[in-house]
Amino acid sequence: MIREPLIFEISGKGKQAFSLPPLDVPQKKNLLSDVPLRRNIEGFPQVSEVEVVRHFTRLSKTNYCVDEGFYPLGSCTMKYNPKINEKVASRPEFGGTHPFSPSPLVQGNLEILKRTEELLAEITGMEAISLQPSAGAHGELLGMMLIRARQEDKGDPRKIVLIPDSAHGTNPSSAHVCGYKVHEIKSNEDGKVDLEDLSQNMNEDVAGLMITNPNTLGIFESDIKKICEIVHSKGGYVYMDGANMNALLGICKPGDMNVDIIHLNLHKTFSTPHGGGGPGSGPLGVTQELEPYLPSPVIQRKGRKLFWDFDRPQSIGKIRSFYGNFLVVIKALAYILILGHDGLKAVSEGAVLNSNFVRKNLEDIYEVKYKTPTLHECVFSDKYQKDRGVSNIDIAKRLLDYSVHSPTVSFPLVVHGALMTEPTETESRRDLDAFIQAMRKIDQEAKENSDLLKQAPHIPYVRRLDETRAARKPVLRWKKESQET
Amino acid sequence: MYPEEYYYSKDHEWIKVENGEGTVGITDFAQKQLGDVVYVETPKKGTQLAFHQSLGVIESVKAVSDVYAPVSGEVVAVNEKLEESPELVNEDPHGKGWIIRIKLKDKSELDKLMSVSDYEKFTQSQEE
Repeated sequence: MIREPLIFEISGKGKQAFSLPPLDVPQKKNLLSDVPLRRNIEGFPQVSEVEVVRHFTRLSKTNYCVDEGFYPLGSCTMKYNPKINEKVASRPEFGGTHPFSPSPLVQGNLEILKRTEELLAEITGMEAISLQPSAGAHGELLGMMLIRARQEDKGDPRKIVLIPDSAHGTNPSSAHVCGYKVHEIKSNEDGKVDLEDLSQNMNEDVAGLMITNPNTLGIFESDIKKICEIVHSKGGYVYMDGANMNALLGICKPGDMNVDIIHLNLHKTFSTPHGGGGPGSGPLGVTQELEPYLPSPVIQRKGRKLFWDFDRPQSIGKIRSFYGNFLVVIKALAYILILGHDGLKAVSEGAVLNSNFVRKNLEDIYEVKYKTPTLHECVFSDKYQKDRGVSNIDIAKRLLDYSVHSPTVSFPLVVHGALMTEPTETESRRDLDAFIQAMRKIDQEAKENSDLLKQAPHIPYVRRLDETRAARKPVLRWKKESQET
Repeated sequence: MYPEEYYYSKDHEWIKVENGEGTVGITDFAQKQLGDVVYVETPKKGTQLAFHQSLGVIESVKAVSDVYAPVSGEVVAVNEKLEESPELVNEDPHGKGWIIRIKLKDKSELDKLMSVSDYEKFTQSQEE
């Protein structure tokens, strides 16, 4: 296949994609004369309209997306997003609202935000919800800031946050950004938090625990109440990473597990598009104790009216411009209202069923390290294929030849050569069967012709990329001189 | 394949001790597990390290991992070549891929580490 040139390489002097009529009114003076304006950008591509359109259309065809096929990228919950959500969110009444509009004029929008908060509080069993965080990791950071604010208020500031080795990778980073030292808690042989290790490390220097439940192995932390008890007994708080809530909707509530804080990913669990950088939304749920610290303003009801409440003396302040990603919230609300309680429960049951269907059909040929039952995702490994010199990367790359997106590779780190697989509930039996068949065929190929895998992918637009070189010697932007080399 | 005179830690660091100073790196087993190393974050000269304190970070195409001080002491030298050539950790983990040199505070800490034969047994148990 011919490589699509960069837009800089199509560029030709004097070509342009617009033509303006000549100025037919007298120009008195240049109004922008004392504003520093950039007249020319060195090397800016000069292309015609048709060239721009064809360039980006061709590039878009090399893309792979959930609208095209199966996407079992573990931990990311790449489910199909119903188009009705988009339709609702793209109404001009929503997109056209100015965020500074006085609240009496935008009661409908406030109702959407408040309603979503109330529904998410119901789903999670938490006292209050903030819709401000832009995405999951932003929610984690906010959660850490709330713990810090609360403990400092109590005159009991702390230094350390405990994080299990099966937690999401963003957790340590969020705690670190908030100024905490991170200490890792080991998994036991069932792939759950080791209670003994937790007890030994929980002390009066520890601000709290960040736990992902179900964890990245897809395993439900069935000792969660005990875990909360251990942390609470020493004055710590439990933060639950709720990115895997897709396994729990309508079945159990984090509030009932006694966690203090949870974030949700609307752009995973509540079905709004993601990948490629957003926009996301990472609402945070908290207990009554932490509610006064939530970012301001918060929406309050007064009779039938809604208003922004800025009078929040204990609030940590704003963490984002305006009130969160409003249009993402609309999509999530549409999704929740269409499905209702029974529908949401069916989502999680379907996600767990599909994942276990895949696990049962593959675990004879792909190792599953922990024998504990799994929920919405499961982590295979390349252990049985490694003897033939085939790694998880080779398996993942070969899957692309079967028109399937690969699972998440090499994470979580507690499983060597991991292939973290999350089919989600939106996949049909037919698509699951096709994936299983592809995985079984790849195992066969590993036995018969391992080179086929090591050189994969063969079919997609781009072949095997040199990931090492890309990391060691990254080319971050096009430069004129690189044209010649 | 593992040098006889080195000491080894459970976190797969090695230390070679000469005249009260120890050269520290990660083992061949560790570099194989990590895959191609793309970045090594080293401490500054003069940093005081406690026993088992994180001394830096190794980033590979697969993972980001802490490197722990096998003994306590002061960092007296840092392998500056790793900044330009992190691949040295893969190519020569027990030699040119060294990470820091440390002035030992307490020689008895070496007793907590493994000999080469114990380490070889340890890595075999890890592979299962």
